[in-house]
Amino acid sequence: MKTRSAKGWLYLLPAILFLGVFMVYPLLDVFVYSVEEGYNSASQTYFGVGLYNFSYVLHDPYFLQALKNTLLLVAITVPLSTGIALLISVALSSIQKLKDLYQTVFFLPYVTNTLAVGLVFMILFKKTAYSDGLINLLINTFGGKSVDFIDGPYWAKMFVLCFYTIWIVMPFKILILTSALASVNQDYYNAAKVDGTSRWRIFWKITLPMISPTVFYLVITGFIGAFKAYSDAVALFGTDLNAAGMNTIVGYVYDMLYGDSGGYPSYASAAAILLFAIVLTITCINLMVSKKKVYY
Amino acid sequence: MAKTAKGELSYDIIRIEKASRVRKKVMTTLIYIFLTIWGLLVLFPFYWMILTSVKSYSTYNSEYIPKFFTLAPTLQNYVDAFTAVSLAKYFTNTILFTVITTAVMVIVTVLAAYAFARLDFAGRDLTFTIFLSLMMIPNELVIITNFVTITNAGLRNTFTGLILPSITSVFYIYLLRENFAQIPDELYYAAKVDGTSDFKYLMKVMVPICRPTIITITILKVIECWNSYVWPRLITDDSAYFLVSNGIQEIRENGFGRENIPAMMAAVVVISLPLIILFLIFRDKIMAGVSRGGTKG
Amino acid sequence: MKIVLDHLTKKFPSRNKKSSDEVIAVNDFTFEIPDGKLVGLLGPSGCGKSTTLNLICGLQMPTSGKIFFGDDDVTKLPPENRGVGLVFQNYALYPHLTVRQNIRFPLENLKGDKKLSKEEMNKKVEEAAHLVQLDGLLERKPKEMSGGQQQRVAIARALVKMPRVLLLDEPLSNLDARLRLQTREEIRRIQKETGITTIFVTHDQEEAMSISDMIVVMKDGIIQQIDKPQEVYDDPVNLFVAKFLGTPAINVFKGKVEGGKLYIGEDAVLDVPGVEDRKVYIGVRPEGFIPDEDGPLHCHLNAIEVMGRDVSVVSTNEACENTVIRSIIPSDSAVTPKDGVVRFSLKPYKVFMFDAETEKRIEYPAK
Repeated sequence: MKTRSAKGWLYLLPAILFLGVFMVYPLLDVFVYSVEEGYNSASQTYFGVGLYNFSYVLHDPYFLQALKNTLLLVAITVPLSTGIALLISVALSSIQKLKDLYQTVFFLPYVTNTLAVGLVFMILFKKTAYSDGLINLLINTFGGKSVDFIDGPYWAKMFVLCFYTIWIVMPFKILILTSALASVNQDYYNAAKVDGTSRWRIFWKITLPMISPTVFYLVITGFIGAFKAYSDAVALFGTDLNAAGMNTIVGYVYDMLYGDSGGYPSYASAAAILLFAIVLTITCINLMVSKKKVYY
Repeated sequence: MAKTAKGELSYDIIRIEKASRVRKKVMTTLIYIFLTIWGLLVLFPFYWMILTSVKSYSTYNSEYIPKFFTLAPTLQNYVDAFTAVSLAKYFTNTILFTVITTAVMVIVTVLAAYAFARLDFAGRDLTFTIFLSLMMIPNELVIITNFVTITNAGLRNTFTGLILPSITSVFYIYLLRENFAQIPDELYYAAKVDGTSDFKYLMKVMVPICRPTIITITILKVIECWNSYVWPRLITDDSAYFLVSNGIQEIRENGFGRENIPAMMAAVVVISLPLIILFLIFRDKIMAGVSRGGTKG
Repeated sequence: MKIVLDHLTKKFPSRNKKSSDEVIAVNDFTFEIPDGKLVGLLGPSGCGKSTTLNLICGLQMPTSGKIFFGDDDVTKLPPENRGVGLVFQNYALYPHLTVRQNIRFPLENLKGDKKLSKEEMNKKVEEAAHLVQLDGLLERKPKEMSGGQQQRVAIARALVKMPRVLLLDEPLSNLDARLRLQTREEIRRIQKETGITTIFVTHDQEEAMSISDMIVVMKDGIIQQIDKPQEVYDDPVNLFVAKFLGTPAINVFKGKVEGGKLYIGEDAVLDVPGVEDRKVYIGVRPEGFIPDEDGPLHCHLNAIEVMGRDVSVVSTNEACENTVIRSIIPSDSAVTPKDGVVRFSLKPYKVFMFDAETEKRIEYPAK
């Protein structure tokens, strides 16, 4: 029995080592960091213990900007992407011809490098000395005025960020929703059809309740994912997000840790914990709502 | 009287038939139009990136109104991408990083999943519960200490520093354990009776049976590695150790000495291609794997 | 409502992409179902019976042919305009709605001048629920009910809009044996009470025989026989129908006709004057055997199973196509085997002859 036990732990050893060093220990450590005031990464010393780091972060205009950006991004992209994905999935489920082709195409953004394709979006939206960029030309043909979406007004930058974020997260949602739709027994639709139910009513009264657990799953993961937005912003606006005014909370954490403004792991930890607290709260609220709304 | 009623009825049927046929046609057309619009929206950036990458530098910059095609495609940008900046270096770095990380991850995962699924030892279920709860820990929370750990260990700008924290994935252990657990116990006892060792049983029976799952997690990990950006950015500032994501950011910011968009797009094409090819080959496996619980990033 | 199928055909493209063959699920069906009857579509799985049902309700469109409800040609009409009620094999009750909401669902779809007020809807729902004896269960969710109750909800939902035709797809297959018996009586009763022309699909011959006014036996998309249940049993048109109906199954022998006599092996079992010499299959219903010490048919006795009222004699004969011969005889008749051999004479009207090639019934003048 002893040797069998030892054997079990032996097989687990590599996983436990990696997880212990790079996950469990850091998880505890981040809380330690967050309460160590005036931590100096060069000398590895600190003055005292307290909540000053949190107060600093909460008063840092860069953090507040990042918080605002992130909240805006979440509020816009989560409902929009889930809604559009739902429409696309329902449409996709109702066709037969070319379905595979559409599915393949729709999934492509999932396997692309966020940073690389972000560059393409940048040149499409950017207004330079040589060219206003393709999107601006489009706007011009409809009689609008050119806007610099990358270096211009806040709303324009926010628009590109949201647009790109939705473009990136769509494949996952479409995939999950299409498989949820496919698992709904076809007989429900046939029964409704025989009873003369309109498409609209079928969607609201049958399809949506049937896949409501999946929809809520997507909303929850969507919230979590959008709160962690970072690389999409870097891809569009470059690494100096604070200068662009387009930083996100995660970006703020990394900037505090490293780079020109870095070297403050305590502030970074405090910000990371704040982010985690926000995400946790929202997830809990989501779960409570979904318990009430999901049918089974 | 009866005749009139009948006549009206059949007229009614014809009308309903026609209306329903028309409605169905219109609806189908609308659906296809809608799906095609989204398809174009997805494909357009890819088209634009390929198109731009084959336009010459001067052509691109002389087009105030960008053209949707080019009559003189050139591969010069691809040459530039590989010569003027260290794209080749970023590329080989990423391949090295991806292969080693994925290989070690698969080994660690298979061993751990086997222990959880098959072996009996004190504290197994408790440990598994702890593992499961670790799935909820966001990377952002632990990356700070990892950064400090790796820096203090003097592993900045090394492959070891890049790879070590990227290996573990609780989710894949969970996924594989579930799959392992489906293999009937009888197989194990039969092998035991024949005198097969635990390790041999794992390699000769469980791994082959669960190969589809192992392939799935391998592919998902490869995608994750290929696209990883945050950790490499934190831990490398020597461009000799950049991965493609950092490389492309470097190219963008310090690039070709001037803003050479076509060459940049050529680099983007080169970076994007491996995963797209991988996807087209393993389409079904990747989509099945992602729908079983992958998320972006 | 009378239902007429006129040369109805449904072809599907082959599932195997390489071959261009089409699968003919329903092949040239022509028959008429009189108003107010309960009709069973009977056949083994894959015979096209479910496709036929889907064509009638409009979920699928025929390749050719026509469907009439009464005098109306409904062939191309979408399902919602046909006035059919459909009960699915797995009931297809909406799991998130209560029984009341499920039954009310079709009524809420009505538009224009057919639109009902809340009170009218509730009244209709309660009437339908009463008809299927679901009073007092209206606020439950489907998953809180037994299989039989769910089945009745499904029937109520199909009936609530007063369909011209009621269609049931394998209505009993998801129920256990006891409920099955009870539910089939229930279906019969509901059909009688409402008088709605009803078609149901089943692969269970006993089910079809027990409640139908008329059964349609199908095989490979082709109608084999349409008749009253007893007629189909007593007068099968071919070997397939004979084999498909009846439990225990009919005993099939290889044999021949020679000189006006019917032979099983060397035993001349019946006189069949006027039938020309040829090879045949002979089907004998289990109740067609009479133990007879001088009977012409020799069989090796395996066992005698006592079943109370009847006795089942299990025996073998080299010419028999079944693994054993099962004969059902009243328990008061004596079976006296000699050296393990039991002899039977046969009731001529329980013996059917089929051509060995075409498997079609050969009529002969019964005495």
